[in-house]
Amino acid sequence: MKNKIPYLFLLPGIVLLLFFLFLPLVSVLWPTIFPDGLSLSAYIAFFKDEYYMEILMRTMRIAVIATIVCAIMGVPTAYFISRCSKKWKGILIAVSIFPMLTNSVVRSFAWINILGKNGVINKVLLAMGLIKQPVGMLYTEFSVLMGTIYLFLPIMIMTLVGVMDNIDNDLMEAAESLGANKMRSFLKVVLPLSIPGVITGAVLVFTGALTAYTTPQLLGGNKSLVLSTFIYQRAMTLNDWTGAGVIAFVMIVITLVVMKVLNALATRLDRRGENHA
Amino acid sequence: MRRYKGLTIFSVIVFSFLIIPLVIIVVTAFGTEKTIAFPIKGFTFSWFQVALSSKSFKNAFFLSFKVAMIATLMALLIGIPAAYALSRYSLKGKKLLKSFFLSPTIVPGIVVGYSLFLFIVIKLKMPVFEGLLLGHFLVVLPYVIRVVGGALEQFDFSIEEVAWSLGCNKWLAFFKIVLPNISSGIISSFLLAFINSFNNIPVSMFLTGPGIVTLPNTLMSYVEYNYDPTVSAISVMLMLATIIIMFIVEKTLGISALAK
Repeated sequence: MKNKIPYLFLLPGIVLLLFFLFLPLVSVLWPTIFPDGLSLSAYIAFFKDEYYMEILMRTMRIAVIATIVCAIMGVPTAYFISRCSKKWKGILIAVSIFPMLTNSVVRSFAWINILGKNGVINKVLLAMGLIKQPVGMLYTEFSVLMGTIYLFLPIMIMTLVGVMDNIDNDLMEAAESLGANKMRSFLKVVLPLSIPGVITGAVLVFTGALTAYTTPQLLGGNKSLVLSTFIYQRAMTLNDWTGAGVIAFVMIVITLVVMKVLNALATRLDRRGENHA
Repeated sequence: MRRYKGLTIFSVIVFSFLIIPLVIIVVTAFGTEKTIAFPIKGFTFSWFQVALSSKSFKNAFFLSFKVAMIATLMALLIGIPAAYALSRYSLKGKKLLKSFFLSPTIVPGIVVGYSLFLFIVIKLKMPVFEGLLLGHFLVVLPYVIRVVGGALEQFDFSIEEVAWSLGCNKWLAFFKIVLPNISSGIISSFLLAFINSFNNIPVSMFLTGPGIVTLPNTLMSYVEYNYDPTVSAISVMLMLATIIIMFIVEKTLGISALAK
């Protein structure tokens, strides 16, 4: 009897997940592998098609660059937040969380206002006389990238603030008293200690950027398709359900692989840190 | 704190990058021109009137609210006992079970929506609303598991055992001892789940039907075909609601409750 209770508590969740997550997923993915008998032809066709590959590569490129830029912008900012006075720390954390809680339509819409033909950047450039015609920056890979960085930077910052809080200020003082300048002690002390946090943040940013729908739809449209917007187009506009299933599977596999690899890396780094301590 | 000039300048630039785009939206919401313009020429509240009197936006708001509320309550009802079982008992395959409960985070939202659409709406011929509800439930369940699970890690189960040994039955002990002690975890998981369901778009993309379009999805298709300050006005109202929630959370749980 005693051992039954936990399973009773877990059962409703297990049933719902099996019925409404795994079963539907299998019924989408199954026909892509077993059209009639085992066949990888749908996948071979996917990876041979230049157009599909272009979309896959664009999606990966955006996710990788967004992750790197978020890390570069996030590490110093998070360090700055963690060294602020309590009052400022609270304010800056609130400023970082606020965009996270704001709808992604609103956040993408913000970039339409900035990058559009009528947008802020074009107006400034026109007023300065640098350009004669408004430049089309929307619906490009660049606009999707900007929107994606904007979308995920707060997550990177918030992940890193927790890590930075644990870095002892004395370490920096020690480095400086031993003759390192501020930049050098930051690069040699803070940066290495924040790497596990960067990796945790990178998993969130990369998988988020890889699967984001709203931002690429609004800022990339049909001109700069990524995997998630491509699924929608395949399924809804073209009724190609096998094609949509193939893309779904590719997205899940990439997500899983990146998570596993980066988490394994983080664990290894953590262990190395323990050995030194 | 010792001063780092370069670091301060860098951080100011990053925070400007985070805030200025949203400030631009707020300003354009009050513009008098028919299309969005920044800076604005005249000042008006009329776009708020337009937004508030739009029937489709109003219906979409109530739908989103309803879906987010039901999905969140479902997730709490199912997630809290599961999180309790996962941290209270030493089960076989505990790690696997936990990742099973967190598995919706691995499946992209658009795929969750797509597979539910094919399975529930096309195959089982169930109404779209049920599919939408289930999709949102799946997406917010991991928040409950993670945040309530985190609160339970902090909870000292020997308190519960004391209650048992004093003759309290297990159910009463759970409701009287365990739940009150993890209440802040429950509240913050409620807020996170609600906000994330309310804001979610990809899951709902496929799960729409006549009269069943969530607020963000309505807003999204509006943005795709229109360029007037109505969207800015709605954005401002949503941001205002977010600020109010953040303020209340800061006064009660502390703002970091929303950063999980």
